[in-house]
Amino acid sequence: MLLTLYKLMLIAILTGFLFSILLVVAGKYLKGKLAILSALVPLGLFVYFLQFSKRIANGEIISQTYEWVPSLGVNLGFTLDGISLIFTLMITGIGFLVFVYTAAYLKGHEYLDRFYGYLGIFMAAMLGVVLSDNIISLFVFWELTSISSFFLIGFNNKEEASRKSAILALAITGTGGLLLLAGVLILGNVAGTYSIAEMLSSKEVIADSAHYILIVLLIFGAAFTKSAQFPFHFWLPGAMKAPTPVSTYLHSATMVKAGVYLLMRFTPVLGSTELWNSTLIIVGATTMVYAAIHTIFRTDLKGILAYSTISALGILVFLIGLGTQDALLAACVFILVHALYKATLFLVTGIIDHETGTRDITALSGLRKVLLPVAIAGVLAAISNAGIPPSFGFLGKDLIYEATLHFGSSALILTVLAIVTNILLLYAGFLAGIKPFTGKLPAAFEKVHLPSFLMWLPPLILATLGIVIGVFPSIIQGALIQPAVTALGESGNEVQLKLWHGFNLILALSATTIGVGALLYFILKPSQKLEKGIAKLEFIAPQTIVEKFGVGFGKFSRFTTGIIQNGYLRYYVSVIILFLVLLTGYTLIQNTKYVIDYDSFSALTVYEVLTVLVMIVGILFTVFTKSRLAAVAAMGVVGLAISLIFVYYSAPDLAMTQFSIDTLTVILFVLVLYRLPKYLNFSDYKVRIKDGVLSLVFGALITVLALEVLSEPQGSQITDYYAENAYILAKGKNVVNVILVDFRGIDTFMEIAVLTIAAIGVFSLLKLRLTSKNRR
Amino acid sequence: MKTIILRTASDYLLPLLLLFSIFILLRGHYLPGGGFVGGLIASIAFVLHAFANGLENTKTLLRLHPGYLMPLGLLVAALAGLSPIFIENLPFMTGIWFQEPLPVIGMIGSALFFDIGVYLVVIGVSLTIIFTITESA
Repeated sequence: MLLTLYKLMLIAILTGFLFSILLVVAGKYLKGKLAILSALVPLGLFVYFLQFSKRIANGEIISQTYEWVPSLGVNLGFTLDGISLIFTLMITGIGFLVFVYTAAYLKGHEYLDRFYGYLGIFMAAMLGVVLSDNIISLFVFWELTSISSFFLIGFNNKEEASRKSAILALAITGTGGLLLLAGVLILGNVAGTYSIAEMLSSKEVIADSAHYILIVLLIFGAAFTKSAQFPFHFWLPGAMKAPTPVSTYLHSATMVKAGVYLLMRFTPVLGSTELWNSTLIIVGATTMVYAAIHTIFRTDLKGILAYSTISALGILVFLIGLGTQDALLAACVFILVHALYKATLFLVTGIIDHETGTRDITALSGLRKVLLPVAIAGVLAAISNAGIPPSFGFLGKDLIYEATLHFGSSALILTVLAIVTNILLLYAGFLAGIKPFTGKLPAAFEKVHLPSFLMWLPPLILATLGIVIGVFPSIIQGALIQPAVTALGESGNEVQLKLWHGFNLILALSATTIGVGALLYFILKPSQKLEKGIAKLEFIAPQTIVEKFGVGFGKFSRFTTGIIQNGYLRYYVSVIILFLVLLTGYTLIQNTKYVIDYDSFSALTVYEVLTVLVMIVGILFTVFTKSRLAAVAAMGVVGLAISLIFVYYSAPDLAMTQFSIDTLTVILFVLVLYRLPKYLNFSDYKVRIKDGVLSLVFGALITVLALEVLSEPQGSQITDYYAENAYILAKGKNVVNVILVDFRGIDTFMEIAVLTIAAIGVFSLLKLRLTSKNRR
Repeated sequence: MKTIILRTASDYLLPLLLLFSIFILLRGHYLPGGGFVGGLIASIAFVLHAFANGLENTKTLLRLHPGYLMPLGLLVAALAGLSPIFIENLPFMTGIWFQEPLPVIGMIGSALFFDIGVYLVVIGVSLTIIFTITESA
């Protein structure tokens, strides 16, 4: 039993959710010194996924399927292949270090347990995204990452800026989620399956379908919003309002990489077309250059890191767009490179912020004297970021140049763009990883002391890994990179990761990048002036446009709400009836023959004529009486007359119900009217005539409808079925009741639930008003 | 409306009407009636009592706020629907029945309990709405 449980990937994904639920009750115990224990969750998951690496390296693909909604073809299918493995290891590995780091970073925080809860949900959702084979469940997990990241980004919810950026992030990524839903539904329809693995075989069908362009654009929309591609990038710098562990986790390894993951996952299904490749190249290149240039104008450490993250994501999208084997290999390697150095830099920034209280790069220097292990981590990360040998980053950058150089006719311009981006990224990395630690230590920072090892060890581990893998790339070559490239549909050549390729053009380009970048670092000093300079251009920034659109949309909503939801019940009723009349009337005019079959009517009896007369008198009295109470009583007469009609036409159940309902309705009306003042003013004639016309038209419509129903051939099959089977299947002789409690029992259950909700609504509305009145 | 005649009459009418509502509820499976109408009749019984004796007295008589009947009824109906799953491993909402009919009441099955749930919810809903409006108007 334990062994089978151990194999369940579903359990692994759910662990994060279960952990969060556990915190609801056990949260107060995990807030104090035991906080570090929560890191066992990601650590356990990391080990769990690591044990698959050997099987994955042998070319195996592990998949498990659980039935979820089999009738809709939605199963919980999980697949672990090369790409998924890279992502799961990043999510759980960096997750583990972030969990550890948080224990010290937010030590003694009032809501530390909540924070771990959000992190746990987020981690579980991310694992769900990268492991789902079924695109519907992928969408569900995708949305969960958006929602849980909303809570993480807005964790400091007492600050307005924090709340605002959380909403902005949710709005942007949530819009992307809607696009994804539309995309996967159309894709599933076209492909005839919701399983990505099965889609691989119907690649041509998808590419030839009329909806191909739409599908690709919708998937792009989802990926670009999540992965902060231009022009949707602006939520990411805003999200820096979150506590640093969140920024680390979301922006180095998880959240923003989900869009990249989506593109990678769909590359074998949708890729290799002009639309796919060109769009990704253009968007990716624009993003990487645009964001890289932006890093120059920032003085906040986290701002610098935010823009360099966007730029790195641009590189990844760009590489996926190139789509050659070289490029996809470079993308797989660069994902890891970036995760390692960016997580380190974020964690280092967090320590600096935590200990000195500032992230202003112009104020920070000389911190190596007080924060030595942190300085080592920062410098190592900057080296990997810069691509200086023998770091892992050097490998990554080489592969990028190799990919752009071998890209046929546009090789030159693509390479130049890549070089410019890399130079600026190097500058940003040096600023974040080296600048705070060099130079003279200001007097203000002399008392800064090294925090607990829980904080400085995680970045040091990550930074060291960035160098170790660079020296021994074989560690990951067979286990991670090769299977990932295979999973991307490129099973041709064997991947060889090497540090030294001999003297060639790529080495020269690398050297140029490093040289120019370092030069830039020494010449260009970040300053407030630069930051203010770029602020002048903000009015054309995508963020400003989106925010203005948001404000305009809000105004428009208030305007329309003011018209439609004006608070007068009588207008609501008129609008609803008018709509019904127009829509139904239109259909009736289009499709009706107006043939009344007089023979099908039964002969009139005296009772019926009398009852109808009573009804007519009741209606006239209701309309023309001067007293409210009399009007209500007359309405009651009409209702009772209707129940009499039911009796004549042998529907005793309906008659009984109508009778009781009418009694209660009259009582309700009387109760309300009893307290109202006497008629203060009548509605004027115009309103009365308008209402009268509407009522007459509505009545006419119902009459026509009733006649139409009669002239249609009756659905006697259903009636016969119920009549025949009521006693056989449900042991009841009253067919109406049997339908209510047995055949259509679930409907009845829903109806009584709705009734309950309505009663709770009435109760809370009126009672809340009572208490607020009392308070006054 | 607190006339002595109505007040005296309502004391006798309340139990009679309640009995009648249960009668309507139970006969529903074979003859016109059922939980919905039964619930309405029971509500009318209480509303009549409230008219004659004042809402406060009816509330004291009820002890619990009628609102509590809503979740209770939903629970009974849901359990009736779920019972085939637990008892005989049949799908949700399958009707299951006792073998022998009981004296007076007749056949007893999950559908009856479902109807009892409907009955309770209807009483809860109508009394909650009417009582709340009476108190606040």
